[in-house]
Amino acid sequence: MSSVSATAQTPEPRELSIIYNRADRVFRRIVTTGALTSLILLGLIGMFLFVRSAQIFNDRGLKFLTGANWTAGSGDGVIPDDFSIGPMLTGTILVAFIALLIAMPLAIGGALYIEFYAAKGVRKVLTTLLDLAAAIPSLIFGLWGVAIFTEFGERWSTLLNSRLGWVPFIKVQNELFGRSPFVAGCVLASLIVPIITSVSREVFSRTPRDLIDTCYALGGSRWGAIRTVVLPFGKSGVIGGAMLGLGRALGETVAVYLLLNLVFRYNFRILESEGGNIASLIATKFGEATEYELKALVAAGFVLFLLTLVVNMVAASIVQRSTVRK
Amino acid sequence: MTETSAVTPQPTMPWQATTRKKVATLMSLVISAVVSFVIVLVTGLAGVDGFALTFFGVSFLAVAIRTFRLDSKKRKDAFVTVAIIATAVLAFSPWMSIFGSVIIKGLRGLRPNFLYETMQTTTPDDELSLGGAGHAIVGSAIMVVIATAITLPLGILSGVYLTEVRGRLTFLVRFVVQSMSGVPSIVAGLFIYTTFVNFTNAFSGMAGALALAILMLPTVARTAEEVLKLVPDDLRSASYALGARQWRTSLMVVLPTVRSGLTTASILGVARVIGETAPLLLTSLSKDSFVFNPFGGPTGSLPTYVFGLLQIGTENAINRAWAGALVLMLIVFILFSSARLIGGKDKR
Repeated sequence: MSSVSATAQTPEPRELSIIYNRADRVFRRIVTTGALTSLILLGLIGMFLFVRSAQIFNDRGLKFLTGANWTAGSGDGVIPDDFSIGPMLTGTILVAFIALLIAMPLAIGGALYIEFYAAKGVRKVLTTLLDLAAAIPSLIFGLWGVAIFTEFGERWSTLLNSRLGWVPFIKVQNELFGRSPFVAGCVLASLIVPIITSVSREVFSRTPRDLIDTCYALGGSRWGAIRTVVLPFGKSGVIGGAMLGLGRALGETVAVYLLLNLVFRYNFRILESEGGNIASLIATKFGEATEYELKALVAAGFVLFLLTLVVNMVAASIVQRSTVRK
Repeated sequence: MTETSAVTPQPTMPWQATTRKKVATLMSLVISAVVSFVIVLVTGLAGVDGFALTFFGVSFLAVAIRTFRLDSKKRKDAFVTVAIIATAVLAFSPWMSIFGSVIIKGLRGLRPNFLYETMQTTTPDDELSLGGAGHAIVGSAIMVVIATAITLPLGILSGVYLTEVRGRLTFLVRFVVQSMSGVPSIVAGLFIYTTFVNFTNAFSGMAGALALAILMLPTVARTAEEVLKLVPDDLRSASYALGARQWRTSLMVVLPTVRSGLTTASILGVARVIGETAPLLLTSLSKDSFVFNPFGGPTGSLPTYVFGLLQIGTENAINRAWAGALVLMLIVFILFSSARLIGGKDKR
């Protein structure tokens, strides 16, 4: 009885109301404006790219996305301007998906190794190196790809071609092998592995320790614990990280520019040494473009912007959801 | 009595590997290495990759032999362990190779004059003791400083909004910052080209700095939010209890405590953009001599310098490019370690 009345007498927490005075309101308005710059900036980027390239979309319509030519006209109207990004659009997606396909298992394996297999000292060193690796400029990846990786890439391509030549995607017409979507995809994969690995490792490390211990106590092996607890727990985080990596691979310029022959033709044979992506198209054609061609390049940039924005928004919402929950 | 003390159980750790097991593992690794070396010698498998592939194959075989008598669960676990270590090695080898090659090849091309001379009177093909990247380093420094001066205040404001003001748009702002970090760098360059470069009618260091600022903002904003989140709520409550208003609490209590964290934020932002090449190709172009004026026309920068040399492609040009890459990597490395050092101080 007495204890009940004691608890009953515990005062309810007072309802707190916040009254902002004038200085507070000014402060909040300033901060809000500052915080909204990123939103405004994102809107401005989309708007300006669209306005500057509206003429192209108006002139060419959907053909801009599907056509397979990038020919500057002669200026006197004999040869008309013909700009469209079909092969580059498919090339962008092809190279990015090759990269993602290679990077995913590597990144998951790497993250599991760091988090669950490496000794404590090794783990510390690797985590630091991982941060550093994620900050290596893509230019250096391109340089490394040209000078060092190409040799390996060509050897693997030769091997794939001779053994798996009957697969339609792998068969080649010219046995050149360097500067192919496959080689570029491999270098892009090594570029996005650190990004996906660090996101995945972060998520894996948040797995509740007692769940893993429970699994061990029930006689599970380490792989059993990973398969039944860690991977299901970290699934959405890993997918979010993969989307981040995909976004990065879709928009990569310099590494692809250095490692892929820009040829304006639809190409799905991954070992053929021709291809390209939108970003490297912009970097290649920018220097000597006519005014109309520049507009076409801006239009290509707008398409790339929309593509990566969609991928990144999905990634952002997945990552945010999986980090908010815990 | 003596009997009970004799049977007092010693704490054991049955899950830890015994010395015998460790030795056995080591032995099987060594034997696998030797076997695969012999296989590589006998068959035509070439290079490091050939050896690695054989080694993993042989390791699988070794595990199969060693776990032959164990139950299927333990056997599977052993196989998966080998597979995960193999993918981890494969995942980490590219950047290990990059660190190694940049250091070795970069040191070969690096001369003291590389850091302060320019390419004004030197062609890329000249002796390495002539010319350098001084102009590029200065150009990069100027652009990065301007970009930091623009993004740091905006990043702090956005962090303060997300942690202190917490208005209605909190979710939206966080979401936009996150998705903005994925804007391709060439798109940022294209945006500045269609706006700033077109309006001022000139390529310039300022244009490059603005493009870098767009790429830097998300990193700075997110790091600022992370550090501000670490400020204990007690500090805010204490400040309110003393009668301070929200603006005073934020500006004079919260922000001063994270001063070093905000330094870290800007350093990480700089590390993010120092190597960006694509946007600079569309905004600041490149130049072979010193440009100190941000509005003084095309300006050299470290990434575009390396990129230009790569396109020339002669032997000395490539050597210079590696040296430039080494300088870039060193800058990133120094920025990272100082961020870690400063950030570490904050937590104490």
